[in-house]
Amino acid sequence: MILLTCPNCGAECAETELAGGGVAHLRRHGPGSSDEAFTEYLFERRNPRGVHFERWRHAFGCGKWFHVARDTATMEVFGTYSAQTPEPPAEIVEAIRARRPDWEGW
Amino acid sequence: MAHRLNSGGRLIDRSEPVSFSFNGETLKGFEGDTLASALLANDRVLLGRSFKYHRPRGLIASGAEEPNALMGVGEGARFEPNCPATTTELFHGLAARSQNHWPSLDFDVGAINARIASLAPVFSAGFYYKTFIFPRFAWKHIYEPVIRRTAGLGNPPSQPDPDSYEHFHFHADVLVIGGGIAGLAAARAAGEAGARVLLVEQTPHWGGRAGTETDTEIDGQPAAEWAAAEAAALGAMPNVTLRARAMAAGLYDHGYALVLERVADHRPDQAGTPRHRLWRVRARRIVVATGALERPLTFANNDLPGVMLAGAVRDYVRLWGVLPGSRAVVFANNDDAYRTALALHESGARVAAVLDVRREVSGALPEQVRALQIPIREGYGIARVKGAKRVSGVEIGRITASGQIGGTAETLDCDLVAMSGGWSPVVHLYSHCGGRLAWDERQVMFRPAPERGAPVGPDGQVNTLCAGAANGHLDTAGVLEDATAAGRKAAGETGHAALDDAAPEDDAPEDDAPNVSEPGMAPIAAHWFTPSRGRYIHGTKHFVDYQNDVTAADVRLAVREGYESVEHTKRFTTLGMATDQGKTSNINGLAILADELGAPIAQVGTTTFRPPYTPISFGAITGTAQGRLFKAVRQSPMHAWNAANGADFEPVGDWYRPYCYRRDGEDRHAAVTREILNARQRAGLLDASTLGKIAVKGPDAGQFLDRVYTNMMSSLKVGRCRYGLMCNENGFLFDDGVVARTGADAFLLHTTSGGSDRVHAHLEEWLQTEWWDLRVYVVNVTDQWAQVAVAGPNARKVIEAAGTDIDIAAEALPFMAFAEGEVAGCPARLFRISFSGELSYEIATPANHGLALWEALLEAGEAHGVMPYGTEALHVMRAEKGFIMIGDETDGTVIPQDLGLDWAVSKKKADFIGKRAQERADLIRPDRLQLVGLETEDPRQVLPDGVHAVAEVRGKGERMPTIGHVTSTYFSPTLDRSIAMALIERGRARMGETLSFPFEGDKVIRAKIVEPVFYDREGKRQNV
Repeated sequence: MILLTCPNCGAECAETELAGGGVAHLRRHGPGSSDEAFTEYLFERRNPRGVHFERWRHAFGCGKWFHVARDTATMEVFGTYSAQTPEPPAEIVEAIRARRPDWEGW
Repeated sequence: MAHRLNSGGRLIDRSEPVSFSFNGETLKGFEGDTLASALLANDRVLLGRSFKYHRPRGLIASGAEEPNALMGVGEGARFEPNCPATTTELFHGLAARSQNHWPSLDFDVGAINARIASLAPVFSAGFYYKTFIFPRFAWKHIYEPVIRRTAGLGNPPSQPDPDSYEHFHFHADVLVIGGGIAGLAAARAAGEAGARVLLVEQTPHWGGRAGTETDTEIDGQPAAEWAAAEAAALGAMPNVTLRARAMAAGLYDHGYALVLERVADHRPDQAGTPRHRLWRVRARRIVVATGALERPLTFANNDLPGVMLAGAVRDYVRLWGVLPGSRAVVFANNDDAYRTALALHESGARVAAVLDVRREVSGALPEQVRALQIPIREGYGIARVKGAKRVSGVEIGRITASGQIGGTAETLDCDLVAMSGGWSPVVHLYSHCGGRLAWDERQVMFRPAPERGAPVGPDGQVNTLCAGAANGHLDTAGVLEDATAAGRKAAGETGHAALDDAAPEDDAPEDDAPNVSEPGMAPIAAHWFTPSRGRYIHGTKHFVDYQNDVTAADVRLAVREGYESVEHTKRFTTLGMATDQGKTSNINGLAILADELGAPIAQVGTTTFRPPYTPISFGAITGTAQGRLFKAVRQSPMHAWNAANGADFEPVGDWYRPYCYRRDGEDRHAAVTREILNARQRAGLLDASTLGKIAVKGPDAGQFLDRVYTNMMSSLKVGRCRYGLMCNENGFLFDDGVVARTGADAFLLHTTSGGSDRVHAHLEEWLQTEWWDLRVYVVNVTDQWAQVAVAGPNARKVIEAAGTDIDIAAEALPFMAFAEGEVAGCPARLFRISFSGELSYEIATPANHGLALWEALLEAGEAHGVMPYGTEALHVMRAEKGFIMIGDETDGTVIPQDLGLDWAVSKKKADFIGKRAQERADLIRPDRLQLVGLETEDPRQVLPDGVHAVAEVRGKGERMPTIGHVTSTYFSPTLDRSIAMALIERGRARMGETLSFPFEGDKVIRAKIVEPVFYDREGKRQNV
């Protein structure tokens, strides 16, 4: 029953208000992409023990999507941020580095 | 013999006798008794039969850890099975009965299992997997019925639960779990610092073991009085909430806790109160002060009624004034158990001996026992307990260096054995949310080890602390110091600092820790297994898990059979898997496992602790979400009319839609047939309000829809409609519907009735997370519009009769056009679209006009033979036309091309969701299943839904490779024959072939593959 703060409306949300949407920052591969690239986009996910970037939707609230950086082993949340970015913003990367100096990086 | 003492019993009120019944016999107890203490006071020691061997069983414990004394409590609809007698409070008229025996508690046929087991190991560990295998038929007819009758706990009640339940949300700075000395001290410290505190205690009483340990004083007061004063002080603090009878069932991520409060179990006559209340607590810090549980020792016949935990024995004496036996033997590996010898002696029982596995015993408590001339047998153990249905004596002997019982056998007469294997911190809750443990060699226990990993909040800071005995402190002074520090820390971390900076008074002591007086304890000795002699030497009848009848021999057998991991041993032996979740058995079991493996206990580790700590009711989990409140039902604006006019409803998504409208004497089939023929010959009205409607607007709306539909939408002209398909990124079809262009930058999307929320979410997801540069807004307007389909040759006449300002002449409003205006005085959007194949209009009107429009159309259409029709007529008519239905012809693995819908998949567009996936090798395989029509050889015979086609029919029991399956199947009244659609391997190349569809064993229906459009293939009827 994790708690996440929706960056769109500012509400601190219990997990029951949210809908998970899997891994964030996937780069979409469309027509013209190779089978390998498309397969990776569609099916293959890294699952490191530690830092994850995830998509969540404030489904029973403002309805907006947002991104979360968190440690899925300890449940620590490094930050939430707009879904409308191709990569995590600098302050999120910094927040992760501060707490996980040995993190392999984005 | 067990009996009530003439005096004593801190919790009972002797002026308030309570009568109750056990197996139909009326007995007396007192206010404050538990069912267990009252039964024991009446010398009822045989309280049930065990799960597997049906051995006679009595009380082991005095609290939530009790494995044996499970009772069926209550009667009729309020009957509840598997209630531990130890946690069931006594009330007037309580009716309890023992479980798991047949025909009676005293004489039980199932006990023969135990006799058999002593001859051959039929019921040893893993017997389920090894014994009842062949012959196969015997499973259904012999093994399973017998096992179900003999193995198992109580029976469920036969009537619906009449009680009410509720949920309660609570936010706290600090949640303190456990109302013993530690919990009280932690709550006091946190409360005084100003934090908002919730303190919960599973029993009705505050103080935990303070009520029993009369040798302990805190600040000059007996511990029990100190606890009462602390609870009263906490009760007076406005920022502290206390709840007794409130058991923390589970701890979850980020400080979430579930607490079950038993509001009315102990006073079931109270009207208007919920029986249970589930507290859903979110706390910024949690202090786990759940105390410790005593471990049994493992020796032969340690399950006979009269063998009890030493701590429980003195609980019965001191809390309820009940003496569990008149002549006792104490068997222990620690000093704490000597308190029981003292309590028994004080109460007039004779203590025949204290057997201590330790070779030299010299602590303060043993010295007190020695001073009373009670023999202490150092280095001794119990070889076996004697007796049939209760203890009559013990055979004892010296424990040899190898851990066996050696020397000459000696028998002591007794009717009570008080055993103690030491105390284990209750780490269950701490473990639920990820707290790690470490094995403490010196104290012989697993204790919390936050340094190896502790639960954290969203900020990454540790949010759950253990305190007191739960944290490995077994002395009261240590408990108080630890718990006070934990309470202060928790409050401080939530922004409530203790008043440390207040100027200390001159005469205040430097250290404000309470002054504790308690007996000192010499070190415990690890001792797990006391093997008997002779045929029990391997550990049979040495019970580890009482509730699941798992013995030391079972654990050792698991090792011999290769189950080395503690998790595997648990599942193989079922150790710790009963309703008590192994509260008394887990540590003993894994210690015996470690010993057998020759590995240290720390390395073997524990199994996973899972919520709930003790069982909680389904009612509490459900709360008020039952009956009408279980799930919201969506109703169309015409629902009341439908209900009043014979609608036979079916659920469609969250909606209730009329399946058909039955007239006098009609069955469903007759009604559906009438509705179809009427729509085909005259005119039908369908309440289509449930159809999903999504408005899409913005300068880039056309471009956006080109990406989400497989076909082109941006080229659609204002005032026109187009059928469209939506696929997901995997290429699979997931929704379909008609899109209307309502303006240069505005579209209205129709979705399936069940799919509007899903489609809306899909559109939002792509707009918000992938194509956020597009200037488009999406709104789900499903509920804002009522919709009526008017279908049939007379459809135009019906609308004309109702009156409209829209020119609905065929050339003015052709097929797939739409116009706005009024129909029957209601604002209307009129779509000329058809899902029946007939001349058809769908009229959308704002929801509050829906009923008026519906009634006006019915009235105006009467002269033209209009009748309402339901969803089944809709389905049959669309199948006659070969129109697909999402969820029938699609199942999440079907692409448009499989359904012959290639014409609706753009080849020109550079991209759309699913386009790239549809180029994948698997999706262009030539042998994919393809949609075809089927005509059965016998036109009266209707194929069962979902039946499979086979390449070749083979004999009974032989495997037949399938080549596809039926997706829709009906009897068509229009064509007066059966029709079906199916997905068949290479189906389109098989036109004219006849396939076999075997089902229900030996039945086979044969059907010919045809085009999937059965009626009006040219589409003339809708185009008039």
